Order: sequence, then structure tokens, then C-alpha cells
Amino acid sequence: MSFYETFGKIRRQALGSVPVLVGVVILVILVGSTALARWIAPYNPTRATGGINEFPSWAHPFGTTGQGQDVLSQFLYGGQNTLWIAFTIAVLTTLLALIVALTSAYFRGWVDDVLTLVTNVFLVIPSLPLIVVLAAFLTPGPATMIMVLTITGWAFGARLFRSQALSLREREFIAAAEDVGERRWRIVAIELLPNMGSVVAAYFVNQVIFAITAQASLEFLGLGDGGQVTWGSMLFWAQNTSALIRGAWWTFVVPGMAIALTAFSLALINNAVDELGNPRLRADRLLRKAGFRKPSASLMTPVKRDA
Amino acid sequence: MLYIAKRLAFYVLAAFVAITVNFFLPRLTPGDPASTIVATYSTTLNEESLAALRQAYGLTDDPLFQQYLTYLGNILRGDFGRSLSNFPAQVSDIIAAGIGWSVLLGLTSVLLSFVIGSALGALAAWRRGGIFDRVAPPVLLFLGSFPYFFLALLLFYFFCFKLKWFPMGNAYSSVNPPPFTLSGIGDVLYHLIAPAFTVVLVSLGPWTLNMRNAMIGVLSEDYLTLAEAKGLKPRRVLFSHAVRTALLPNVTALGAAIGGVFSGQLLTEIVFTYPGLGYSLMRAVSAVDYPLMQALFLIITLSVLAANFIVDTLYVLLDPRVRAGQGA
Repeated sequence: MSFYETFGKIRRQALGSVPVLVGVVILVILVGSTALARWIAPYNPTRATGGINEFPSWAHPFGTTGQGQDVLSQFLYGGQNTLWIAFTIAVLTTLLALIVALTSAYFRGWVDDVLTLVTNVFLVIPSLPLIVVLAAFLTPGPATMIMVLTITGWAFGARLFRSQALSLREREFIAAAEDVGERRWRIVAIELLPNMGSVVAAYFVNQVIFAITAQASLEFLGLGDGGQVTWGSMLFWAQNTSALIRGAWWTFVVPGMAIALTAFSLALINNAVDELGNPRLRADRLLRKAGFRKPSASLMTPVKRDA
Repeated sequence: MLYIAKRLAFYVLAAFVAITVNFFLPRLTPGDPASTIVATYSTTLNEESLAALRQAYGLTDDPLFQQYLTYLGNILRGDFGRSLSNFPAQVSDIIAAGIGWSVLLGLTSVLLSFVIGSALGALAAWRRGGIFDRVAPPVLLFLGSFPYFFLALLLFYFFCFKLKWFPMGNAYSSVNPPPFTLSGIGDVLYHLIAPAFTVVLVSLGPWTLNMRNAMIGVLSEDYLTLAEAKGLKPRRVLFSHAVRTALLPNVTALGAAIGGVFSGQLLTEIVFTYPGLGYSLMRAVSAVDYPLMQALFLIITLSVLAANFIVDTLYVLLDPRVRAGQGA
């Protein structure tokens, strides 16, 4: 299955299933509205334009913060910052993971051993404390955020892609390519990489979720750039101005729901991508459509498991 | 045995990497934070404590390698230097006060979410296509999309602030930790419910979904059809044939999850002002207390490594293939 075929399938399946559609609709609304922040945001997000902790009203549909800023404008501008940073981190970690995995698959031997060891060390060290220590020593800002989360976020992908590459290497077409005398880099780039399309796509979507949550966590701890409006910094200020105890729920529900809904919509989309890679989950749906309520064990197509 | 020795060597290596990162970070980052810290505090601290601070950082005139050896020695002796925000207090004392609460909250919530999640996943796969199987995955996916601290904020607002069902923070009611009596334990549990519930709710999803998918795989194996054909009771097929095998991937994931849950738990503690390591971490960040921050990073990393090692050992007991030396 080539890369483009994979995406064609994603589209066909996606259109046929409601949950994915829900995910896409939520995502388009969120990304669309935040992208248009400059034109549709009613106020300057950093300036006090109303009273303190005002309940949502016509003038301020999402209320105001503890410093009198408009929550709707903060949500729109903050989303813009949060999403582009998360997207950049997802692109970088996916690339880094691919480079490590394909280097492993290309050189094999001791290079593979060393890279696997490094990957496993990064995997086992808990991320949040490491992220906190790294971020604390650098000047806060988007560049630091992107760097720190890229350094700490690639390892799982490297392991995933490596095992995928290893299992692909056992297939006949790779052996055929080797017999024909294709060079190793060509096998990696032309034969291996395109076949990893669906795994890479699913991982990328997951990384966007990781980046949004990790970024928000860091900012919530106070390790973000205090002057920049993001969903995480909105939560930080809500916590810091004791919005909870003053009953100003809108100041944390709006950015929190924005993060949760973005992550949820991406997870829904990802589940559909996942079903492509796992024929058993797909077979389940087909059988249900065909009228089997509880498919018996023997009806399931056995699938060759990769080592 | 070889397998366990290998894993142990790996964790020792990982711990060594973490310690080394911790040593070089303040020395190699641009602007030399270690000197900056000393300079910042030079106005507020007297000569004696400044010298202690310098020594804690190993900012002596010794060559870097010598400093590194001294640092390793200090770590091995459990000497993490002094806290800057709480000056003469030893960092290790501050950590000792918090670690028990973090371990209590962490163990309770990881075990609860593992057990509940695996049970729900097995149920969903067993009653495949039933109402629960269709409703649970999207609901859990949605809850799992919440950052820990946001769900914590919501639960805190509703249950602690609005409804006043649970206390507004802390781990016990009195000023000092309660005695080890029935009412004392009850008080601690009462304070534990809300933060533990938060962590369980967010981390439940992966256990359930992984278990469900593993069960679906196992249910299509021939030996299950055989078990059914032998006329075994469904309950027996479910528990001693299907669940036992399907649980293995979840046990493997347990090690990896401990790190993640611990990270999320740190933020949950902050929201509930639960006096664990997360709360110390936030105080360290807001007071720019580098020694405390670094020591917390090390302690948390070492605890997670230890937990992983325990899980690996557990895995050997569960999976005979690893014992035979085929795995690893």
C-alpha cells in the first residue's frame, strides 16, 4: 500500500464514519477561528477592556479575566500561538524520530544498538521533571518551548518507527530489492519510508496532542513566556489570580475546553488512522455492518503478527 | 536471571545519564546560570552561606572533572545541597517531607486505574458491539484529552469548592500529619479521594482501550475456540484463558505509564495543594530555586526507574517466555 493509497483510504473511511467527521468539524472550527483571530477578535487580548472577572455578557461573550482582559480575544489569539508552536514541535519530533529510526535501519549493527539504547534512556526518564529543569535554565519563549519539547518528545516515535522498519525489512519485496542489487539508502528511502506512511501519520497526530498538553503544562507551572497569550498561560493566570475560589469558572473552562477539544478531535481522527493499520479492528466494523452482533472467535481472519 | 541483570544495568545507565545531565545543565547553558544564581543571592546571603552555596554547586576552582566526581559523591551520599528559597534548609529534607505523599497518591491512582481500566477493557471486548463497547471508547478518549491539571481544576471547582464534598486541599486536616490510628488514616484517605480520582479518570482510557484491543486479538486465537469447544464455562474462558494473556501488554505498559502518570500527578498536586513533590516543584519554579528543582528532577527520575525495574521483575513472573530467555 503506497503512501497516497493510504491517504485515499483514510479519506474514504473518514467520510463513512461519524466520529471522524465530528473530529474534523471540531478541529476545523477551532483552527479556523483562531487563524482569523486578527479579524474576528473583539479586543486586544493583553489589555484590560472590562471589569475584573466579569460574567459572560454581550460585550464579553466569554467573560473577562482577573485582570479585566477579554477571554474570547485571549482564546482566539492564544489558540493561534498554542497551535503553531504545537504543530512545529510535532513536525520536528516526527522528523527527528524518523531520522533516528531510519539511521538504525540503514546502518544496523552497533549503530542500531547505540541508537536504541539512547532512545530507551530517553523513554524511561520521566518527561515533565526533565522538561521543567531544561526550561528553567533557558530564557522563556517559543524557541525554548519548541527546543525543550522536541528534545524530550521524539523517543517513542523512534522506537515505533524502528520496529516498523524492522518488520518491513522481513518482507519479500525488500529481499527482492536487495537481490536486484539496490543500494541500501535507496531501499530505506524508496522502499521502507513510503510504506511507513500510516504509522508516521498517526504518530504525527499524536505528537500534536502531546505538544499542546505538554506546552500547556509547562505554562501552567509558570515556565512559559508570561507576556505571550496562549491557552496554557490563560490557565496559569486563572490559577494565579485564584479564579477558582472567586467562582470565575469561565477563565479556566474556556482555555481548558479548547485544549481538551483540540486533543479530542485529533484523537478521533487518529483512531480512524489506527484502524487502517489494524485489520482486526476494521474487520470488527465490517462484520457488524454485515449483521453479526457478536462475531465468534472463529469468524475473525487471523492476521500474521509482525515480530 | 540474566534478563533481570540486563535490565538492572540499563536502569543504572539511565540513572547515570540523568545525573550527568543534571551536573552539566547549569554549567553549559548560555549565561552560566550557576554563577548568576550565586551573584543574585550574593546580596541577600551572608559570606558563610554564600560559600556553602558555591560549594553546593561545586563552583570551586577545581577542574571540571574533579567537580564532577565531587558531585557524584554528594549524590551518592544523598547530599543535594541547600534550598535557595528556604535557605539553610537541606534540599533532601524538603524532598523527604513530600515524597511519601507523592508515592501514596501515585501508587493508589496507578493501581486503581490499571485494575479498573483493564477490567473495563476486558468487559468491552467480551461483550463486543454492546452498548458499553460503543460508548466507553469515545468517552474515555474524551476524558483522556483533558490535561491532568484542567480536569483537576474542574473537579476541584465542583466537588471541593461548590459542593464542599471534599476538602479544599492539603493531605490531612490538622497542622501536623495525623497519628497512625483509624481516624487518622480515614482523614488521610478523605483528602486523597479527589486528587486520586482526577488521576484515575484521565489515565483510565489507555488501559481500557489497550486491554480491549489485546482481548480482541486473543479472542480470535485457536486455543480460545478450543476452550469454548471443550465446553468450559464462559467465565472460566474469560478469566483463565483470555484475560490472563491479554493482560501482558498492559503490564508492559505499566512501566512506561508510571513516568507519565507521575508527571501528570505533579500538576494535579499543585491544583489540590497536595503536599507532595509536585507542590515542591511548583514552589521551586516560582522561587527560581535551582538546587531544589534539580534534586526533584533526580529523585523523581530515580523513583520512576526503580518502579520500572519492579515492573520488569514482575513481568518475568507473569510471562514464562521471558523466563526461558526468549524475550528481553
